Amino acid sequence: MSFITKPAAVHPRSPKNELGLTIRDYEGGMSTLCAGCGHDSVTGAIVQSVFELSIPPHRMAKLSGIGCSSKTPAYFVRQSHGFNTVHGRMPSVATGANAANSDLWYIGVSGDGDTLSIGLGQFCHAIRRNLNMLYIIENNGVYGLTKGQFSASADLGSKAKKGAENQQPPIDPCRTAISMGAGFVARSFSGDKQQLVPLIKAGLSHKGFAVIDVISPCVTFNDHEGSTKSYEYTRQHFHPALHADYVRPSEEIRTQYNEGEAMPVTLHDGSKIVLRKVAGEYDPTDRASVYSHLERSQQAGEIVTGLLYYNDGLKEMHDVTNVVDQPLSTIDHSVLCPGNDALQALQNVWR
Amino acid sequence: MQPTDINNPAYFHKVVDCQKGCPAHTDVPGYIRLIAQGRFTDAYLLNRSTNVFPGILGRVCDRPCEPACRRGRIDEKPVAICRLKRVAADLSGDVADRLPKAPDQKNGKRVAMVGAGCASLAVANDLMPLGYEVVIYEAQDTPGGLMRMNIPSFRLPGEVLDEEIAMIVDMGVDLRLGTKVESMQSLLDEGYDAVFIGSGAPKGKNLDIPGRYDDPDRIHIGIDWLESIAFDHTDSIGENVLIIGVGNTAMDCCRSSLRLGAKSVKVMARKPRSFFKASEWELEDAEEENVEIIVNHSPKNFVIEGGKLVGMTFELMEYDLDDDGRIRDQRVTGETVIPCDDVVLAIGQDNAFPWIERDIGIEFDKWDVPVVDPVTYESDRKGVFFGGDAAFGPKNIIWAVEHGHQAAISIHKHCHGEDVADRLADGMHLSSVKMGIHEWAYSNYFDAAERRLVPHLSLKERFKRLDLEVELGFDAEVAATEVERCLNCDIQTVFTASLCIECDACIDVCPVKCLTMTANGDEADLRTRLTAPAENPEQDLYVSESLPQTARVMVKDEDVCVHCGLCAERCPTAAWDMQKFTLAVPYAIDEKTPPDPAQIAKKWGT
Ligand SMILES: Cc1cc2nc3c(=O)[nH]c(=O)nc-3n(C[C@H](O)[C@H](O)[C@H](O)COP(=O)(O)OP(=O)(O)OC[C@H]3O[C@@H](n4cnc5c(N)ncnc54)[C@H](O)[C@@H]3O)c2cc1C
Ligand SMILES: Cc1ncc(C[n+]2csc(CCOP(=O)(O)OP(=O)(O)O)c2C)c(N)n1
Ligand code: SF4
Ligand code: SF4
Ligand code: SF4
Ligand SMILES: [Mg+2]
Repeated sequence: MSFITKPAAVHPRSPKNELGLTIRDYEGGMSTLCAGCGHDSVTGAIVQSVFELSIPPHRMAKLSGIGCSSKTPAYFVRQSHGFNTVHGRMPSVATGANAANSDLWYIGVSGDGDTLSIGLGQFCHAIRRNLNMLYIIENNGVYGLTKGQFSASADLGSKAKKGAENQQPPIDPCRTAISMGAGFVARSFSGDKQQLVPLIKAGLSHKGFAVIDVISPCVTFNDHEGSTKSYEYTRQHFHPALHADYVRPSEEIRTQYNEGEAMPVTLHDGSKIVLRKVAGEYDPTDRASVYSHLERSQQAGEIVTGLLYYNDGLKEMHDVTNVVDQPLSTIDHSVLCPGNDALQALQNVWR
Repeated sequence: MQPTDINNPAYFHKVVDCQKGCPAHTDVPGYIRLIAQGRFTDAYLLNRSTNVFPGILGRVCDRPCEPACRRGRIDEKPVAICRLKRVAADLSGDVADRLPKAPDQKNGKRVAMVGAGCASLAVANDLMPLGYEVVIYEAQDTPGGLMRMNIPSFRLPGEVLDEEIAMIVDMGVDLRLGTKVESMQSLLDEGYDAVFIGSGAPKGKNLDIPGRYDDPDRIHIGIDWLESIAFDHTDSIGENVLIIGVGNTAMDCCRSSLRLGAKSVKVMARKPRSFFKASEWELEDAEEENVEIIVNHSPKNFVIEGGKLVGMTFELMEYDLDDDGRIRDQRVTGETVIPCDDVVLAIGQDNAFPWIERDIGIEFDKWDVPVVDPVTYESDRKGVFFGGDAAFGPKNIIWAVEHGHQAAISIHKHCHGEDVADRLADGMHLSSVKMGIHEWAYSNYFDAAERRLVPHLSLKERFKRLDLEVELGFDAEVAATEVERCLNCDIQTVFTASLCIECDACIDVCPVKCLTMTANGDEADLRTRLTAPAENPEQDLYVSESLPQTARVMVKDEDVCVHCGLCAERCPTAAWDMQKFTLAVPYAIDEKTPPDPAQIAKKWGT
């Protein structure tokens, strides 16, 4: 942890976004994580993405559970809303918040322990609900905060710092999410912002539940030889399946793509994700083939990354429950709760 | 790009913008830290070791360090480096015991110097401790040159000059005042081992337009007029004064006029403000005193009525500027007469050497300026050296001092039969300032305070006497705030590629986005691919060896790094470290034993 206050100095030619803010306006408090923690890079990627999307800081809600990863919302977008819930319970609180105010940008940050161990049930049901949020798992294969025990994402045979081997099979958050019906499933690496930033932007813009499993090494407890979640191992086994460029509604597609190589997808807000094949045939909209591709590559020890699965035809929670468009939190209480007479009248309909 | 060679002293020297900007390479961040620690005497002596005249320069230095200062690129106003130098001088304790001394045992070499201005004095300062016998010939009855004769006492009090000149002369210099050298040949005939010419650029430029000689007592050459004020020969001027020219001499002339009784003073400029030669702060000081600065007026003739100067005719100019602010076209749009009682011409100075015979081996170029080697300061005649304004025309005090240091080295080599061109190289020393986890041996807190303003004597008070110093200097408290604005640019970010695990921590934490890990490329290409585009070509990119995991390179744009140390603080492997850079500049004294940079770093303990 650092005690130096981050200088207020800003690069004199810092670009400004549509709101006239610089990237520094999207920062949070100084990180108290270990120096070199992958989670801090994910924070950096979130800051950059939210800045580039010109999201008004006060229109954003950040939620988390417990863990080093779950501490990170304190380190970005200082001026947004935040809720640090109990361990593994972030999806419930996010559901409640989203039910009350559908008009915020929701970003949840969790760990592999918080999501796949104690919070697995909550995670699955948030997906089934298709809660409109971006859910980031900062996946380091261990419980960092409690000093490095294997988590439910640790690979078979991965070694702990003192040499013990993990004997239990891992839960792959991406395959879990696909099988639960998520419409936006991605994997990335904290050390690759070029890949991660467009994914975060696309995930935030996607209507419905978007999950990004970010391999985010724990420098202190899981960055040694024998670990399958270290910086070095991740770099060696990193296999991008697709590259996703994110293009805002106000922007034009500027990159040149070869015929048949790129596949633009338009999101509900008019922005586009341009999916670009990196290696071989890969169709991110074919659920069954994606699932088996992930299965096979896991057997082969490959870390497949990119926007792995995409389906924008799903109804999100508010559509399913048929709630009015206006956020409930902005509706006058007398309208939301019209009183006993109105209730009686309603019940009389079925008498 | 090739990996940066940080063992070349030139690399980190350039990162210390102020020290690089200072012709004499003053260790600015070093003395600022000494002031911060309340070690004013040490701060004074550290200054003196390079710039020789801290008290003088702390008031009137041309301060090329300030426009160079990195802080100016961060929040527009540089650190008040010059004012802090004055703090060191004002608050310094007695330094007598710690000044260089001349040895009792002389080395048997005799050196003559012409002129007792700052250039000659700087040479004497460096040669006396080596046992030289130094004779300085000075035409005037007091030493100091233009510092005494031209820089008005309301900017530079006589006592400050006296004190710092005495520090040199008291080493035993044979100062012969009121002794003008009339013939170079006869000086050479006296058999000195070397001669240094520091006679300045004494000739003020004239403006030969109609009417110039019709009322000569009312039309003055600026530097001569200032000199006559300094020596009490002039104590009044008319009510309405026009100053022609808008350089620093003009600023001294207009402000002096106000103190001699002028009621209205106008500074007449031929071109727009962006072309003014005067320093911004001198313009500000003049305008604070209600001097009017009038642009786009080109002098045409003096208006004389009945043999008396009554005004001046000017052509009204109009200029077309190109995108870079250069004049593309100009035209005269009319004429105007501005009434006045006196005119002071402040349009520049020239060298003049009527006393140097042209057939004694000292080469003069087509402008009648001596040919001087820009490194050794030697003329075409072996053993005759030039420095200060005499060498390359009018510059300023700090340049004269640097010329003096270099000429002293050459003189020493010449007197010992060595090749004057074979000079010691700069040395350097780096030492980590990491004291422990999260502990650094310098104040890396970024103070967002604005530049402190120097208090001035009130407008009511300051005109009462000619020699009332206008600037009052910082007190210790204000200085304590100003020192914290310094970014410690000599505490360098030093990178070891083999240690980096490419975790991005440094890149994410850097408040000013200096750092990038990317594929290598040529400089022009790299500059466009960095976290923040590196648009200041004056500032270098620091490029690492290939990184172990991805073979990318770490690139640092030095431009606006605030030296906060956060990159090193957040680096898990200490691939980034903060290290204090000490530049070891050789002086004449080092010719005996080459300087040990580590020793110099230790000496001041900053
Ligand atoms: C009006 C004015 C204001 C200035 N203000 C500043 C300022 O604020 N800051 C700054 O840094 N610089 C300033 N300068 C410039 C600065 O004063 C000079 O660059 C500097 O003094 C040059 O030093 P020097 O030793 O080369 O020569 P000088 O200071 O000119 O000294 C030369 C000496 O040689 C003597 N001499 C000349 N010929 C002979 C001879 N034949 N025999 C014996 N003696 C001789 C002269 O009497 C004189 O004393 C100013 C200049 C002027 C004109
Ligand atoms: C109910 C409950 N059970 C256990 C804990 C102890 N605990 C704190 S953090 C943590 C694991 C966090 O792991 P992960 O989510 O992977 O976060 P990381 O620190 O690795 O980023 C556990 C088990 C707790 N805080 N609350
Ligand atoms: S313990 Fe691991 S996960 Fe936690 S802050 Fe340190 S490096 Fe990051
Ligand atoms: S010291 Fe490091 S973190 Fe601070 S501004 Fe410079 S490069 Fe950035
Ligand atoms: S913080 Fe250190 S290890 Fe991490 S990328 Fe920067 S230099 Fe490399
Ligand atoms: Mg974890």
